[in-house]
Amino acid sequence: MRLSGQNLKCVRGGREVFSGLDFSAASGEALAITGPNGSGKTSLLRVIAGLLMPAEGTLALEGGDAELSLPEQAHYLGHRDALKPALSVLENLAFWHEFLGGEPRDTGKCLAAVALDHATHLPAAYLSAGQRRRLSIARLLSVRRPVWLLDEPTSALDTAGQELFVGLMREHLARGGIVVAATHLPLGIEARDLRMGGAG
Amino acid sequence: MTLTDLANPTRFLALTTRILPWLAGATAILLAIGLYQSAMAPDDYQQGATVKIMFIHVPNAWLSMFVWGVMSIAALGTLVWRHPLADVAAKSAAPIGAAFTFLALVTGSLWGRPMWGTYWEWDARLTSVLILFLMYLGLMALWRAVEDPSRAARAAAVLTLVGAINIPIIKFSVDWWNTLHQPASVFRAGGPTLDKAFLWPLLVMAIAFSLLFITLHLAAMRNEILRRRVRSLQMMQASRTAVIGEAKEMGAA
Amino acid sequence: MSALSALIRRDIRIALRVGGGALIGVLFFLTVTVLMPFAVGPDLALLSRLGPAILWLGALLASLLTLDRLFTADHEDGSLDLIVMSRTPLELACAAKALAHWLAAGLPLIVATPVLGLLLNLDGTATLAVALTLLAGTPALTFTGMIGAALAVTLHRGGLLLAVLVLPLSIPVLIFGVAASQAAISGPVSFGTPFSILCALSLISLVIGPFAAAASLRHGLD
Repeated sequence: MRLSGQNLKCVRGGREVFSGLDFSAASGEALAITGPNGSGKTSLLRVIAGLLMPAEGTLALEGGDAELSLPEQAHYLGHRDALKPALSVLENLAFWHEFLGGEPRDTGKCLAAVALDHATHLPAAYLSAGQRRRLSIARLLSVRRPVWLLDEPTSALDTAGQELFVGLMREHLARGGIVVAATHLPLGIEARDLRMGGAG
Repeated sequence: MTLTDLANPTRFLALTTRILPWLAGATAILLAIGLYQSAMAPDDYQQGATVKIMFIHVPNAWLSMFVWGVMSIAALGTLVWRHPLADVAAKSAAPIGAAFTFLALVTGSLWGRPMWGTYWEWDARLTSVLILFLMYLGLMALWRAVEDPSRAARAAAVLTLVGAINIPIIKFSVDWWNTLHQPASVFRAGGPTLDKAFLWPLLVMAIAFSLLFITLHLAAMRNEILRRRVRSLQMMQASRTAVIGEAKEMGAA
Repeated sequence: MSALSALIRRDIRIALRVGGGALIGVLFFLTVTVLMPFAVGPDLALLSRLGPAILWLGALLASLLTLDRLFTADHEDGSLDLIVMSRTPLELACAAKALAHWLAAGLPLIVATPVLGLLLNLDGTATLAVALTLLAGTPALTFTGMIGAALAVTLHRGGLLLAVLVLPLSIPVLIFGVAASQAAISGPVSFGTPFSILCALSLISLVIGPFAAAASLRHGLD
């Protein structure tokens, strides 16, 4: 499997964010998008996720499911956690598990993997920022998708949480997954660097 | 036992545990006496047996206003003295007040049915009670809209006090509006020239219903205090989870 | 299918929990209806003549105002991104959200109608007619209002703008809803004619609404 983009150009609000961008990542590879603020890291991720239309260029996922589009085979972990404070931790995860069409799978185990299994029935409103992030990471585990698109995935996490997440990313790569992460912190795994801004 | 002792939620819980059974008993006895007297009261020469609805309607109507008064005092407690129990008192009084107001509306329209031929007439007094009912519901909606009790408390307190100032103005306006269109209210037929045969049962019922309110209010306050404790325990559990999780990972590493 | 039912169940659950707005719509409906007699006077004969119109206006405004948050809440917390990316067609997801909204906020309005009919001196037949027309017509209000709710996400503002956008679209529903209720009460047209047009309007909006909303969401994300 190979995720690639060619000659991508993104325009937002009349301003050219980036242009002529090429990248590719194969199965088991991680791509770290780095660069200063405003260099278009988030925009690139949203273009790959199909949430922004590129002004030019093409995206392709070779060797994926031909029936499905690229966004349908990807997980997107954005700045916002996509959690409803009124629902319990388990209800939040179970909803995404069911809505994203995960195979029957023990959502409880996914919560245990991010160390939230004691908070299962508490409202998500009571969680701290780091715990909310852990809960959204549990979403990536509960439904299998080959491509993970991560936007500053470790920003709210403490050291233990970061280590835990590095382990989960390694597992995902070992299964032949692809990770594309926008980050200004070291990811903690071997990753190819895609430098935005500056170099153009 | 002073007022400051009562202010402590734990003391409050301990005290009400002892008081509540007695209060409930007294309420039941007075209600039984009042209902018996009401049933035994003679029929009105004009209104017949329907006048007996008055024995339920008047206490409910009186409490519908009284509860807002209690809530206003509690609102002052929240805003001025920042008292922890004040918001609990106000919040738990609102649904009870709304229930009394609703009963006043229902009994009022049942009472009016033989006079008017319809269940509802835009009679000045009934209409004012209806607006009061809407204000109770609005206040309850405000408390429901915000999950964090301390954030909802101040907004609700301000609204309660504004309501307390506005209720007389609303009542005056509605009276004025109503007299433009039609005079005479059935409720004035009873008026202050009430016969002694009616006065006693009415008085007993008024006291019984007031006791009923106090009993229900104290019980509701206990529930609210416990509900807030559960909430803070859950929040503690949520933060403890992270620590346990970290400890596990540290052990594994 | 299970994805859609999960979405419906989630939205209803949120609407009914603390912070959810389902019952505020009913309260608004009640308040608007109670305000009317103060404007037109407490004459019962007049009120019973205006009753269906008052109830329809109240229901129209109530269902419109609760629609405001239909998509913006999901947009603000990032859920909308995931819904757009998912394997469920966006049109169906929009329809599911609108259906959930109607179940949580529209149905209670119809349940409240008999009580309000009592206040407006409507008799049994008239109340039944209004409730029936609301049952047939409020889906149309929700599904056309959804288009405005989707535009509110795109334009980053809701509230009054949403009302200005959607109110003209709901005029046909209002016309035939009130006409059908009046027909049932006093004639001279038969109830069936305006009522079937009302049902047709609802069915059309069931088709158009989700497509228009999905299209505006797709192009409006950034």
